[in-house]
Amino acid sequence: MNKGKSIEFIKKYTMIIMLILITAFFAWRTGGAILLPMNVSSLISQNAYVFILATGMLLCILTGGNIDLSVGSVVCFVGAIGAVLMANMKVNIVVAILVMLLVGIAIGAWQGFWIAFVRIPPFIVTLAGMLIFRGLSNVVLDGLTISIKDCTTFVNLFGGGANCYIPNFASDTSLNMTCMVAGIIAMIIYILTQINGRVQKQKKGYETEKTVPMVLKMVVISAVILLFTYKLAQHKGIPTVLIWVLIVIMVYGYITSNTTIGRYFYAVGGNEKATKLSGINTNKVYFLAYLNMGFLSALAGMVTIARMTSAQPTYGQNYEMDAIASCFIGGASAYGGIGTVPGVIVGAVLMGVINLGMSLMGVDQNMQKVVKGLVLLAAVIFDVVSKRGGKLISKN
Amino acid sequence: MAKILLEMKNITKTFPGVKALDNVNLQVEEGEIHALVGENGAGKSTLMNVLSGIYPFGTYEGDIIYDGNVCRFNEIKDSEAKGIVIIHQELALIPYMTIGENMFLGNERGNKYKINWNETYNEAGKLLQTVGLHENPRTLIKDIGVGKQQLVEIAKALAKKAKLLILDEPTASLNETDSKALLDLLLKFKEQGMTSIIISHKLNEVSYVADKITVIRDGATIETLEKNKDDFSESRIIKGMVGRELSDRFPKREKNIGETMIEVKDWNVYHPLYAERKVVDSVNFYARKGEVLGISGLMGAGRTELAMSLFGKSYGQNISGKLILKGKEVVLDSVQDAIKNRLAYVTEDRKGNGLILSNPIKINTTLANLDSISKHTVIDKDKEYQIAEEYKVKLKTKCPSVEQNVGNLSGGNQQKVLLAKWMFANPDILILDEPTRGIDVGAKYEIYCIINQLVAEGKTVIMISSELPEILGMCDRIYVMNEGKMVGEVEGEKASQELIMSMILQSGRKGA
Repeated sequence: MNKGKSIEFIKKYTMIIMLILITAFFAWRTGGAILLPMNVSSLISQNAYVFILATGMLLCILTGGNIDLSVGSVVCFVGAIGAVLMANMKVNIVVAILVMLLVGIAIGAWQGFWIAFVRIPPFIVTLAGMLIFRGLSNVVLDGLTISIKDCTTFVNLFGGGANCYIPNFASDTSLNMTCMVAGIIAMIIYILTQINGRVQKQKKGYETEKTVPMVLKMVVISAVILLFTYKLAQHKGIPTVLIWVLIVIMVYGYITSNTTIGRYFYAVGGNEKATKLSGINTNKVYFLAYLNMGFLSALAGMVTIARMTSAQPTYGQNYEMDAIASCFIGGASAYGGIGTVPGVIVGAVLMGVINLGMSLMGVDQNMQKVVKGLVLLAAVIFDVVSKRGGKLISKN
Repeated sequence: MAKILLEMKNITKTFPGVKALDNVNLQVEEGEIHALVGENGAGKSTLMNVLSGIYPFGTYEGDIIYDGNVCRFNEIKDSEAKGIVIIHQELALIPYMTIGENMFLGNERGNKYKINWNETYNEAGKLLQTVGLHENPRTLIKDIGVGKQQLVEIAKALAKKAKLLILDEPTASLNETDSKALLDLLLKFKEQGMTSIIISHKLNEVSYVADKITVIRDGATIETLEKNKDDFSESRIIKGMVGRELSDRFPKREKNIGETMIEVKDWNVYHPLYAERKVVDSVNFYARKGEVLGISGLMGAGRTELAMSLFGKSYGQNISGKLILKGKEVVLDSVQDAIKNRLAYVTEDRKGNGLILSNPIKINTTLANLDSISKHTVIDKDKEYQIAEEYKVKLKTKCPSVEQNVGNLSGGNQQKVLLAKWMFANPDILILDEPTRGIDVGAKYEIYCIINQLVAEGKTVIMISSELPEILGMCDRIYVMNEGKMVGEVEGEKASQELIMSMILQSGRKGA
């Protein structure tokens, strides 16, 4: 590998390399505790809301570095409504879920309308939303905590409590076999789609990836899938919330990379005028970004109350910051037009690992915030400076 | 003979791939009004940017000698400190600030910690009197007309203690009365000892106000004419401006002109912000199948505005008039409609309005017609790659691969990607706005070949260009536009630079 190529390699996989280094650092400092199956599993369930919100936030950021400050409050508000419906009013859980999603979508439509069609700056609209929905959460909950411990189906479905794992079909093994089988199936599906894509390309006579790097990549990713499922299987298996997270990641990963509407998000952020002159309705693109953010906030709200088995007026605080930070650490551009779902997920995992690692090391909560802030700043500085060709100071 | 205030000696300025100025010499005497004339892109503005320090010392070759000293300006502040003040064609005023605030922006009265507003407005008022503008200095800029704004710019220059005033197209957006007042103001300043350099296309104004005229062509000084010594007539000046031979810079094509494809009748467009300003005024034109139609004119003539207003009303407001495509009257309310009716507009501003620089060639190529390569909104990426490759080969785009980001390409290759994008949108009529702006001669020739290829396929090409040789070399028929109006139409063979120039200039005078 020559020098130019290796620099490109490092640039492309910076965050993954960082993730490996940071994980290794914490593994060393915690005596391997961070790699214990229990901790790997809790990394997922603790950060599920970040994965979901960061995916939605990516779409907003893609349209031009626009952020949504209201998601934390919306998470709380939707959760509050759900808890009131299920615990106090004993509404059927399917109805409750539908209502929660619809409320999220309605909030998204409300904010999206002002942002996309009236062109009120997103910062203002969502700052207002942050206040409005935090206040409304308090109103709905009457300032109290509502427990949803008794709504077991809901809690199990969205991954709260102690038993929210996919059951082991071979009940007498210590290793969760469901989890292992699922991992192996996932690996096989992954390899088959890769090979199929390659064959299809060859059939049509298109250029294909070089064989050696492709095989290497497949081996590495397969190994990661197996190792990850093995860790989970050693604990209690697949947390139910992981299913939701995976669905969100896969659906949005597909939308952003393979569909026309996904392409429009990137185009608007890359050059709005050019996009408009290409016959694309840019207002609609902005609207969809925020509509979708409302929808995913609702999903995150459900995951949050399920995990806490209650709703409280203080839930969801700073969630928006976690989501935004994950996007920027994961390589989304603060000016829009650049960023991927896998990148954002890596960013979210990185944040999660730092959180978990520092907690395991017993670092003071406040210092944790300092470290997270510095990581965010460093990631964006790196992004901006590397785009400027390595020059630190901007010339005018 | 009066003292030489400014001498620019052997100035050479190169941009990547283009020599914008080539050994330019300019001498300006103290107390004279010196005019710079030349075609668009001849290098007038570049020369003035060198003088004012916008292109700092070291980015050009040659010497600037001002007031007897060799000057090395690193930024505008340096030249302004010496009393050289430039007023740009695009007014640099901030609409939501008052006249007074604008006049002293960056040059505030008072000290570091506190702006002295009384002094600011008091001085502003006095300077406004000097330029003959009777407005309260506390009025917001947005509330006064363009003519008055131009006067504010001059007052602003006076506030900087200007000794040498440079005006770039000061009357471009003014009506006849305001223009006359402005020119008389310059003459009045001259009597008080002010030196001015004026860049203008309006030759009647130049001969009226100037003591000397320097003609610049293709980045070189051609000649300097003196009042009462040389012939100051317009035809004499035009000869100096355009005196260039047309050679084999344009590929030949076989003419095969068919039926009328687009007809525009009585088209009016108003400025998107200033509703009372008419930008396109009762324009009529048509173009036929297989025809390259040229629209010539000076910058700011309203050509881009006309094109964009036709393209799904993407510019202006209160648009009225008839648009007839293939014999059928249509109303295009959005860009989507325009594309559906097989109209394409290839922008003059490829970086700002045309391409997504941070995205690869293949994504830019397909953006205007994504639906054709997708099924149920899912993009067939293999097909996308293949199409981008096809156009890369067809248009001879030089790039390592179609995965390359457009931002890393040269201007000529960017232009080809932009053309590919609109060719892929499969239009019948393409409006090409300054298709060869800022690209080198070789790439220009290739763009011309692509245009020939397009009309050979039976498409209609409407080419807007400020470069007269290009219009003359490429077009079957030429319209001349000035100040929002179509002021002339001429067959390609019968056209000449002198004819087109005089059409523009005469229409300018008729407006008086």
